Amino acid sequence: MEGAGPGDTGNGDGEPVVVCTMENKPIVTWAGDQNVFYAVFPILTQQLPREPMEWRRAYGRAPKMIHLESHFVQFKEELLPKEGNKALLTFPFLHIYWTDCCDTEVYKAATKDDITKWQNALRAHSTTDWLIVVVESEAKKKNKTNILPRTSIADKIRSDFCNKQSDRCMVLVDPLKDTSRSQESWSLFLAKLRTLLLTSFTRNLGHFEDEMRTLREKRTEPGWSFCDYFMVQEELAFVFEMLQQFEDALVQYDELDALFSQYVLNFGAGDGANWLSSFCQPVRSWDGLALRKPIDMEKRDLIQRRQANLLELRSYLFSRQCTLLLFLQRPWEVANRALELLHNCVQELKLLEVSVPPGALDCWVFLSCLEVLQRIEGCCERAQIEANVCHTVGLWSYATEKLQSLGSLCGLVCEKGPCSEDLQRTVDLLAGLGAERAETANTAHSPYKKLQEALSSEEAFEKHYLELCHATIEMYNSIGRSRSAKLVGKDLADFYMKKSCPQKAEPFLQSALSMYQSEGWELPLTHTRKQLAECQRQLGQTEPYLRTCSLLAADVNLSQEERQLFCQEILKFAAKNSGSTESLVCLPLGSFAQLTSLSFEPPNAVVHVGGSLTMELTLLSLMPEPLQLDHISGHFHYNLDRNSYRKTAEWLTRHKPASGTIFFQAEGPLGARGTSPTPELSEMHEKSPSEGGLVSAGVICRNVHVLLRPPDSQSSSSLDRQTSVTVKEGANTLKCHNVTLQPGLNHLTFHTQAQESGTYTLRQLVASIGEVQLKLPHIYPIVQYDVYTQDPQLKVEPQSECLLAGIPQSVKFTVTTGHYTIKTGDTLQLSNTESMPILLGAGTTAAIYRNSQGEASERSLSIQRSEKVTSICLPPTPPYHILEFELDVVCLLPEAGHLLNGELPRRGRDQPDALSSNTTEQRVTVDCPWSIYSTIISLSFQLPLRAQHTLLSSGTRKYIQVCVENTCEFQFQLSESSLSSTRDLKFRPLHRAGSQDLQSQQCLFFIWEVTWCPDLPPSLPCHFSVSFYPVPSPNPCGHLQPFTYLFHLEHFYTLYTVRAEISPPPDAQFCKTGALCSLEVCITRLCDSLENDKEETLTDCNGYSSAQLFYQVADGGSNWAVCGRSSGVVMMPVKEGACHTLHMEVMPLFAGFLPYPDVRLFRYLPHHSHSQQLDADSWIENDSVSVEDPCELGSGRAQSRGLISPGATGASVEHKGLPMPRLQPFHPGQISNGSLGRQILVVPSTDDHVLEVNVT
Amino acid sequence: MAVCVAVIAKENYPLYIRSTPTENQLKFHYTVHTSLDVVDEKISAMGKAVMDQRELYLGLLYPTEDYKVYGYVTNSKVKFVMVVDSSNTSLRDNEIRSMFRKLHNSYTDVMCNPFYNPGDPIQSRAFDNTVTSMMVPAC
Repeated sequence: MEGAGPGDTGNGDGEPVVVCTMENKPIVTWAGDQNVFYAVFPILTQQLPREPMEWRRAYGRAPKMIHLESHFVQFKEELLPKEGNKALLTFPFLHIYWTDCCDTEVYKAATKDDITKWQNALRAHSTTDWLIVVVESEAKKKNKTNILPRTSIADKIRSDFCNKQSDRCMVLVDPLKDTSRSQESWSLFLAKLRTLLLTSFTRNLGHFEDEMRTLREKRTEPGWSFCDYFMVQEELAFVFEMLQQFEDALVQYDELDALFSQYVLNFGAGDGANWLSSFCQPVRSWDGLALRKPIDMEKRDLIQRRQANLLELRSYLFSRQCTLLLFLQRPWEVANRALELLHNCVQELKLLEVSVPPGALDCWVFLSCLEVLQRIEGCCERAQIEANVCHTVGLWSYATEKLQSLGSLCGLVCEKGPCSEDLQRTVDLLAGLGAERAETANTAHSPYKKLQEALSSEEAFEKHYLELCHATIEMYNSIGRSRSAKLVGKDLADFYMKKSCPQKAEPFLQSALSMYQSEGWELPLTHTRKQLAECQRQLGQTEPYLRTCSLLAADVNLSQEERQLFCQEILKFAAKNSGSTESLVCLPLGSFAQLTSLSFEPPNAVVHVGGSLTMELTLLSLMPEPLQLDHISGHFHYNLDRNSYRKTAEWLTRHKPASGTIFFQAEGPLGARGTSPTPELSEMHEKSPSEGGLVSAGVICRNVHVLLRPPDSQSSSSLDRQTSVTVKEGANTLKCHNVTLQPGLNHLTFHTQAQESGTYTLRQLVASIGEVQLKLPHIYPIVQYDVYTQDPQLKVEPQSECLLAGIPQSVKFTVTTGHYTIKTGDTLQLSNTESMPILLGAGTTAAIYRNSQGEASERSLSIQRSEKVTSICLPPTPPYHILEFELDVVCLLPEAGHLLNGELPRRGRDQPDALSSNTTEQRVTVDCPWSIYSTIISLSFQLPLRAQHTLLSSGTRKYIQVCVENTCEFQFQLSESSLSSTRDLKFRPLHRAGSQDLQSQQCLFFIWEVTWCPDLPPSLPCHFSVSFYPVPSPNPCGHLQPFTYLFHLEHFYTLYTVRAEISPPPDAQFCKTGALCSLEVCITRLCDSLENDKEETLTDCNGYSSAQLFYQVADGGSNWAVCGRSSGVVMMPVKEGACHTLHMEVMPLFAGFLPYPDVRLFRYLPHHSHSQQLDADSWIENDSVSVEDPCELGSGRAQSRGLISPGATGASVEHKGLPMPRLQPFHPGQISNGSLGRQILVVPSTDDHVLEVNVT
Repeated sequence: MAVCVAVIAKENYPLYIRSTPTENQLKFHYTVHTSLDVVDEKISAMGKAVMDQRELYLGLLYPTEDYKVYGYVTNSKVKFVMVVDSSNTSLRDNEIRSMFRKLHNSYTDVMCNPFYNPGDPIQSRAFDNTVTSMMVPAC
């Protein structure tokens, strides 16, 4: 560029124009004074491109900043374009006339004429883009004095030539000097120059484009030629390129490309243009793309001469696009477009039905791919290329593919080597390449050389092919396109197989296979596996080969014949009888047959020692034909877990699910493996063996190990997992001999006899066919059966919810025989308890079950009873059976028992709990035949009834009331109640005779009037008895014992009567609230001193022996206010009829019928009767504290039993150091209160408006 | 129209694949499987870009000499791959797009079937008919 001097005008011929656009610049001519121009020229070329100019363009195209450069040539008239010449590259865009004339005379004499001539020449070609530059210099001006400053030469020129465009004349002042004036004029000049240049571009290009468009619109006309149009539009592209507007240039080529493609498509659709026929010539040369020259003039000429064929046009077009894209720094687009182009060309040739010799296209594509790749490599850095492999790898792969097809076409791949026909073909192909292009002749690895070398010999081909393949695979892997890499690898494996190098092919096939398997692509998987089988066969890898065969034989994607073929391969091997165990081949059973289900008999898979067990397998054979197995065996792992509670017989029989059949998930369709398995959840309930221990419940996920397996390991299917667990040949093996597996479902049954107790887990399934062993190394879900031993056991439990005493009820005896065999004559010896006799029913039978709830059988049972023991003769029972029978027992009511013993009833006062819980416990000792130890069985009975008695008095008459309470859930009928005593007491029943019903939780009362003889002992035992039986089912009534109740009567005579009388005030008729009334209490002794009343403390008083009585008036209901003293001590003579009257004042507090206040009597025991002396009065005054206590004592416990010591009170008082007299309550019945229950009417006081109603 | 239509699960195993019966089925299986490389690439590039995953159409995955392979990915990462004959130039991008949309609708119908277990091979006849309609020439 720098070398382009101003004198460089030697292209006057114009033909041919060297189109080398990068070196081209828009042409600007100069005319006028050569010296002036040469002086300015260096600065001009340097300054012009310095500042960018905005180029505004027509048709809405975006404005661009453009740096302008120019190629200055001397003006010649030939340069001006002739009419119709459309060449743009040689078009002068601007014409400049230079002059430094400063003398008017000189101007008029020479310069003006010269300019006029120049102008005329321009005008003749209707060129309007011109400029006149006047260079002024101070030096020149000084020499000339006759210069008129007002009318300079520039003004003259303006007036002479630029009649309306005064700006077409510029003045450049002192261009070579560095003054501010000079600089100013330079910048003005440059700006003008740029503007004019751009204006010229815009106008001329616009004009050109218009013409071009017009030409394009004519494309439907018959004579239109694409090639001509191509040249025109390319001219435009050249100009844009010249202006460094590569984007615009590329657009021109893209438009041409699209136009051509459209024509080809239209041709395919039957709309052929005439000019296309030239592109349909047969392809004779296939030398590939040439991208190293910016412009391939040879091809361009062919196009211009309308002689190019399709490949040539495409090649040229792409080379131009490539050049521009590389200028635009878009090498990756080149790669992408190249691939598209190559595919497209192949299609277009097909579409246009261009005849192409076989392999020629492959050559072309191969060369083109490499050319593009090398071109890109040539302009990019290594790191950049590596980062953009994704764009180029397609070309690599395409080249590999093409080379491969060329190889097989030319017989370079097959084992035998090329035949003569192949060689002829190779020669033809190489001929089509022509001679190598000059620009690559010196390059060592040009595509041309590569192809030529590759086709020259098998070795060279292999070298080049492998190189390409490995490069492609590596690139694919580096960008993570592993699938594509594997596919190329498979092609490579194919190649190796054809070259008889199976050992090299195998790893490629294996890796491809594992990928198709993990991603679940069946057809590719089958296909690859078939290839692998062939490879392994050639390699002689017996075991892998057979394994692959087995998978292929089971492959439904293959035809039946093919499957049988592979199956036969295995059988052939199996039939080979070498006899040594080393040649045994172990294959996964899973590829031959699938385990679908497994079931045990008994269904819960629990057997006792010695029991028989059956296991049924269902195998789905995948083979196309029946398979004769020598044997098939299941290997069990034995585990003894004695300590675990789970392994006890009860737990096993109870908790193991009885469904029995275990279903195995099929390995399933390949695809389904990608989905994660569903969690298998199940409930868990567990109870620790000790009663009342911990109970836990929860949810267990049974296949956690499957769910939590890391995802990558999941892809390796269990089929191919090569775990070599050695088969443990041992006792725990179930075997089946001579089994034929038919295609489809097969049922196999295994029998065994359980031996040792423990858990047996099925670990492996092994089948053998001659030399081949088929193994299923893992079985999931876990299959196991349990064998248990059990100690004999006796269990006794009531039939009903609870046992009631006094009623015969049946009790169930359960004998779990366990390992013990009950022989004839084995007996259960039950020790007899007196309180719980065993009732001997007639013909008791026992039921015998098998442990696992089999059907029962009935056997009779004989029971013998001696004085001490009841022996039950058990029927002979085999081990692990359950013997069940029932016995009726009755627990005698405890009262009856006590009575028989003559003991005091309620001895259990010290066992109040037993009373309150109302149960009685019976223990029976049983001697079992299997044990030297006795078993103690405890049964608890509930007492059904409870009784209480009450002594009631009326004056001297006495009554006894017995209350019977039903405490259990049953309903009873009571009858034959009776009360009897030992001696002279007579009872007259006042209640209804006959039977009565007693509901649950209810009471029934019986009452008797007592009459007696004198001189009774102090304590009289009484015996109450009543018959009862449960009402809904009174079946074994005969055995029922009456319910009895024993109590004692003591001190029941009446000693005193107390009568109280309240009388209203004398002036009133009724008592009134708030008014004092008098209370008169009369205490009368009814009998003389009694013999048996020795404990009564008597004092001598007035000649009579007297008893001291303590009285107290207390009103429990707060109805009365006692005024004055409410208690005191009176002396009562111990004499019949003795009477003592007390007067007190009471005040009613309420109106209505008020019950009388209570009058209570106690025996008063003065303190001197003890060791201490104390003043009686001081104690009496202290009544507020002391009186209450005896009252409480009396009321609380008087009726229960005889003498009451003041107990706690006395003790506490004595503790304080105050010795006190004691109060002793009377026995119930000794006092008869005549006014008990009496009421008196109290009227409200008169001025009381409120009526109070008090209901007590 | 299309010469091969495939539906591929998220885990890259085929849920459905059908090709014109006249041609080698195996070849299409290989082609579709290989195209998953580009699908993966495009999906990961999409993930890196904006979270706007509205655009399900992946465009041309890769061209071969004879076929063009187009891809489409649903929001649940189920992939649709369609192989079109390269000589069939009448098919524009928009038409491919609408074919995919049709396929997606039909696939959605399959998924709505309560008896269809997601992840199982598609055996729906309605879906099959949709695919058939795409595989016969439009004219």
